[in-house]
Amino acid sequence: MGTYIVRRILQMIPVILGATFLIFAMVFALPGDPVAGKCGERPCSAAYRAAFIEKYNLDDPLPIQYGKYVVNLAKGDLGTTASDTPVADQLKLRVPVTGKLALMAVAFEALVGILAGVLTGIRKGGFLDNLVLVSTLVLISIPIFVIGNVAQLYLGVKFGLFPVTVTSSNPTFYELLLPALVLGSLSVAYVARLMRTNLVENLRSDYVRTAISKGLTKRRAYGLHALRNSLIPVVTFIGFDFGALLGGAVVTEGIFNIPGVGGYIFRAIRVRDGASVVGSVTFLVIVYLVVNLLVDLLYGLLDPRISHD
Amino acid sequence: MRGTARTVAVAAMSAVALLAAGCGSGDSGGDQSSAAGGKTGGEITVRGCNPQNPLVPSNTTETCGGNVIDAIFSKLVHYNAETAKPENDLAESIDTTDNQNFTIKLKQGRKFHDGTEIKAKNFVDAWNYAAYAPNGQSSGYFMEPIEGYGDLQCTGTGDDPCAGDGKAKADKLTGLKVVDDYTFTIKTTEKVSNLPVRLGYSAFSPLPDAFFSDPKAFGDKPIGSGPYKLDAWNKEQSIVLSKFADYTGDFGGKVDKITFKIYTESDAAYNDVIASNLDITDEIPTSALIDDKYKQDLPDRNAQKETGVIQTVTFAPTKVDPNYADPKIRQAISMAIDRDTIIKQIFNNTRVPATGWVSPVVDGYKADQCGEYCTYDPTKAKALLQEAGGFKGDKITLSYNADAAHKDWTEATCNSIKQALGVDCVATGVVDFATFRTQIAERKMKGMFRTGWQMDYPSIENFLAPIFKTGASSNDGDYSNPEFDKLLTQAAASTDEAEANSLYQQAEALLAQDMPAIPMWYGKTTMGWSDKVTGVKITAFGTIDFSSVALK
Amino acid sequence: MTEAAVSEAPTSTPEGGDSAPARSLASDAWRTMRSNPLFWVSSVLIVIFTLMAIFPSLFTSTNPTEAILRDARVRPNADAWFGRDIQGYDIYARCIYGARASILVGLLTTVFTTLVGGIVGVFAGYVGGWTDTILSRLGDVFFAIPLLLGAVIVLVTLPATDNYFYIVLKVVLALVVLGWPSMARLMRSSVIQVKPNDYVQAARALGASPWRVVRSHIVPNALAPMIVVATINLGAYISAEATLSYLGIGLQPPTVSWGVDISAAVVGMRTTPHMLFFPSLFLSLTVLAFIMLGDVVRDALDPKNR
Repeated sequence: MGTYIVRRILQMIPVILGATFLIFAMVFALPGDPVAGKCGERPCSAAYRAAFIEKYNLDDPLPIQYGKYVVNLAKGDLGTTASDTPVADQLKLRVPVTGKLALMAVAFEALVGILAGVLTGIRKGGFLDNLVLVSTLVLISIPIFVIGNVAQLYLGVKFGLFPVTVTSSNPTFYELLLPALVLGSLSVAYVARLMRTNLVENLRSDYVRTAISKGLTKRRAYGLHALRNSLIPVVTFIGFDFGALLGGAVVTEGIFNIPGVGGYIFRAIRVRDGASVVGSVTFLVIVYLVVNLLVDLLYGLLDPRISHD
Repeated sequence: MRGTARTVAVAAMSAVALLAAGCGSGDSGGDQSSAAGGKTGGEITVRGCNPQNPLVPSNTTETCGGNVIDAIFSKLVHYNAETAKPENDLAESIDTTDNQNFTIKLKQGRKFHDGTEIKAKNFVDAWNYAAYAPNGQSSGYFMEPIEGYGDLQCTGTGDDPCAGDGKAKADKLTGLKVVDDYTFTIKTTEKVSNLPVRLGYSAFSPLPDAFFSDPKAFGDKPIGSGPYKLDAWNKEQSIVLSKFADYTGDFGGKVDKITFKIYTESDAAYNDVIASNLDITDEIPTSALIDDKYKQDLPDRNAQKETGVIQTVTFAPTKVDPNYADPKIRQAISMAIDRDTIIKQIFNNTRVPATGWVSPVVDGYKADQCGEYCTYDPTKAKALLQEAGGFKGDKITLSYNADAAHKDWTEATCNSIKQALGVDCVATGVVDFATFRTQIAERKMKGMFRTGWQMDYPSIENFLAPIFKTGASSNDGDYSNPEFDKLLTQAAASTDEAEANSLYQQAEALLAQDMPAIPMWYGKTTMGWSDKVTGVKITAFGTIDFSSVALK
Repeated sequence: MTEAAVSEAPTSTPEGGDSAPARSLASDAWRTMRSNPLFWVSSVLIVIFTLMAIFPSLFTSTNPTEAILRDARVRPNADAWFGRDIQGYDIYARCIYGARASILVGLLTTVFTTLVGGIVGVFAGYVGGWTDTILSRLGDVFFAIPLLLGAVIVLVTLPATDNYFYIVLKVVLALVVLGWPSMARLMRSSVIQVKPNDYVQAARALGASPWRVVRSHIVPNALAPMIVVATINLGAYISAEATLSYLGIGLQPPTVSWGVDISAAVVGMRTTPHMLFFPSLFLSLTVLAFIMLGDVVRDALDPKNR
C-alpha cells in the first residue's frame, strides 16, 4: 500500500512535465496573435508589439520557450499573466474559491444523487423511480445557463433568498450555495442513474442472494454488500466530475461573478495568455492525479477483493 | 458585450451635433437621467472590467483600463459633457497662430496625488516617454504629429526592431520645449488644426517624477492628477478610488469613494443593480434590452445616449479579394442592407442608422454623406449590381469575431443582402478577436469583415485620418485615394475651424463614391442604476460622468 | 448462464427468431425487450427523429434559413407554429432541420467516446500494471485539456472544407479526443470490480484465452455504468457542439442545429422563452428516447437477468 502510493506520486513528475509540454505546444500552435487584443479594436503600435514579444519570449522557438518555462517552474515561478500579474497570485486567489465551490457541488451531487439512486434502485419501476427518472431528465435537458439564470433571477433577485452574485474574494458558504446547487444539478442526474443501475444489478447478483439465503437480513445484505459494491463506478464518476467542475465551471462562474479557475482559463485561452493557461492547467493535472489516486485507494476500501500491490 | 474598442473618456457633444442628430435619440440621456443634485460624500460601486495593461495613460487604449485612467488623470483639456467644446483643465491657455507652433501655459497650484505640483516638464517627460519606441507604449503614436517623432522610432526589422542598428536615434522629441515651470511649447511636423482638441486624450496626461523612477510600481498603483486617486487595485476583483483632497480643478466629483467592481458578464452586473448590490452598470445586457425589459426592471433609473462609436463593414483589399473591387458592387451591397429593421429587431433601437462615416457626436459632422447608398432599396441595389455585371464570386461572406456579440447582426445583415440581391451571403465566425485581427492584419481575410471605431477625441478628423488615409494604422481595406489624402492635409493646415470642417466633409463625401467600408450604425450607450444614486449622466464616450453622480 | 450464451453478447442485433432450441442471448434479449412498453415508446421516438434527420422535408415545407426579420421573435401562431426566432426564422422548421446535425454529432460522439474509452478502460483495468499506469496517466493529461483549447487546435489544424459530413466528423473528432478519458476511467473501474469475481477466475483457471475472458465475462458484466453515462452524455455532446459552433469553429451556417439555436435563444430567456423552449424540447425528447432505450437494452442484455 505504502509503496503503491509512493510509486503513484513519483509517476506524477513525468506526467506533469508531459502535460505542461502538451499544453504549451497547444497554446503555441493556436492561431492568432497574442498582442492583437491588447489595444482595443485597433492594431497595437510596432513599439508596443516589440516590447510585448520581448517580455514574453514570444519570438523564441517552442523548445526554447518551453525550456525557459520549465527552468522557472522548477524555481517555483509560474510566470506572469499577459496583464502583468504573477500567475501564482491569480491561482492563490482563485483556487480556494473554485475548490470550495467544487467541493460543495460534489457534496450536493453525492448526497442527493446517491440517496435518489438508492431509493429508486430498491424499488425499481415504482412511482418514486419514475418521478426521479423524469426529474433527472428535466435536469439533463435544461442547459446549465438556463438553470443558473433562472435560479439567480428568482431565488436571488426576485425573492432575495440567496445572494445574487459573489461579492467578496473569500466567499462564504452561503454566497456559494446557489452556484454550487446549479453546478451540481446536472451531475446529480448522472449519480442518481449510475447508483440506481448498479444497485439494481448488484441486488440480483449471486452474493446478495447467497447472503440473504444464509440468513442475513435484507437490510444488512443491501447495506453491506450491494450498496458498497455499487459505489465503485459512482465514486469514479464523482472523482472525475470534481476535476471537471474545477476547470470547467465557466458558465456558472460567469453568471454568479465568481472569481474561479474555469473562467480564468477560458479568458486566458482567448487572449493567448500562455503562462496563465499552462499554469492553471498544470495545477488541474495535479489535482486530477491526486483525486484519481484517492479514488483508486477507495476502490480497495469499497471492495476488499481489489488490491493494490 | 460591446466591442470593447475604447480609448478615452469624458463627454463632448456640441450644440451642432445635437441639432444634426435630429431624431431626438441623441439627447435622451439628458431627458432620462435622474435630476442633478443629491448630497456630497458617501461611496458608490460601478461595473468595471479587467484592465489589459498596467494603468499607465500612454499604455492604455482599451476600455477597461481607460475608464479608470480617465477618472484619476486630468489632462490639459477636459471634454465638457454638455457643450462639446474642449475646456481648459490643467491648461491656462493653448495658443497658436499658424497651427504648427503651440504655446501652452499651465494653471499654477494643481497637484499630483503624491503632493508634487504639476509642471511643464511633467508633460514633456511623459510625452517623450510615450513616443520613445523602446518603451513600447501602445498609444505612443498619438505623439506622431510632434516634430522629431521619427527619430524616436526603431528602424530595424524582424522580431526586435530596436536591436543593433535599428536603435532609435533620439529619446527626446525636438518639438517639445520647456520654457519655464508653467509654460511649454509644441512644434508639429505639419500643420495640425485640431491639436488642442486632441490634448484631452489620456495619452497626453502628465506623469509625476515618481513614474520615471519606477514605471512598474506606478502601473500597479498610478499617481494621477485628477479628482480621484487610486487607493487599491485588487487584480481581477476591484479597483478602489477615493476623492483627492487637494484637487482644485473645476471637474471634481461629489462622492467620496468609487469602487469599480470587476464583472466578466454584463448580465451579472445588471442583476446586481436590480438587487441593489451595485450602483451603476454602464452596460445593459442584450437579454434586458429585448422588448425594453430594462425599463420595467429599472423604471426611471436608466438612460441612453448616442456615443462616438461607429460600426462599419470593411471590404478586403482588392489584391486580396478582387470580387468586390467595383465600387458599384460595394454600393449595391450597402443598399441591400435594411438598417432600420435590423436595428429595431436585433438591437432593440440601441443603435442609430449611419448615414456617413463620422459620428454625429463630433464637431464637423454632416448628415447624409453616404446619401442613397446607405438607404435600403432592394430594387436599386439589384439594378446597380447588374450594371456592375453581377457578383463574380461564389458567395458573399461577412466575417466577425465570435467571442463578442456580433453573430446576430452579421447574420441578419447577410440575410438582408441575400434577399435583396439574390446572391448567397454567409456570416462567418472567426473563433476569437486575436485570430480575427491577425487574419485582417496579414491581409488574409477575404470578403467583408466587421470593423468598429470608437473615437479617441471628439473631432471629425479622428473618424477619417486613422481609418481611410493611405497607409493609416487602422486602414484595414488598404483604401488609397490621393484626392482624399490631399483634402485631409489641407484641412489639417487650415486655421479656420469652419473651413477645416468643410474640407474634412469633402473628403468624407469621396468615401461614398469609393465605398471602402459600409457605414452600418452609430453606437448608443445604455446605463442603469440602483435607487441609491442620482445624477447619472452618460458622456459622449459612453462612460459615466463622475462629476455629477451623487448619493440620494 | 452458459458461456456460449454470453459470448453472443456484443452482437445485440435482434434477429427476431425465437424458435432456436438453444436460445441465443440476442433472441433472449429481443424477447424481453418486445414485451417492454418503454422499448416501443423509445423506438418510435427514435424512428421519428431519424426520419427527421434523413428527410426533413417530410415534416415541413418551410425553408429553415428563410428569415423574415420584420416578424422576429413573434410568439407561436397559426403561420409559424412555434413562433419565430431572433432572425425571423421559423422555429418549427429549424427544429426539424436541426435534427440531422444534432443527432449525428451527438450519436457519433457518444459511440466513439464509448468505443475508445471502453477499449482503453478494459485494457487498463484487465491488464493492470504498467499498461494501466500509462493509459490512465495519458487519460489524466487529456482530461485536463480545456475544451476550448483542444477544440480550436483540432478544428483549425484539420484542413477546411465545405463537405457537410467531413465538418461533422471534425467536430466529432474534437469532442472524442477530449471526451474519451472519462469513459475510460469509468470502464476501468467496472472492470477492476468484475475481475476478482469467481466466474472470471474460474474461466481463467480453465484456460480460457484472455480475449475470451474479456469478451465473455468482463465486458458484459462491466458495461452497465458506461451505458448509463453514455446515454446522458448524448445530450451533453449536442450542447458541446453548440458551444463550438457558436465560437465559429464547429458547424457553420446555413447548417442548422438545435444546439446553435438554443445558444442563440439564451438572450431571450426572460422575454421570449418560446425561442429557447422548442429546440430544447426536441433535444430533451431525443435524449429521453436514448436513455429509455439504453435502460431497456441494458436490462435485456444483463447476464444476471437470466
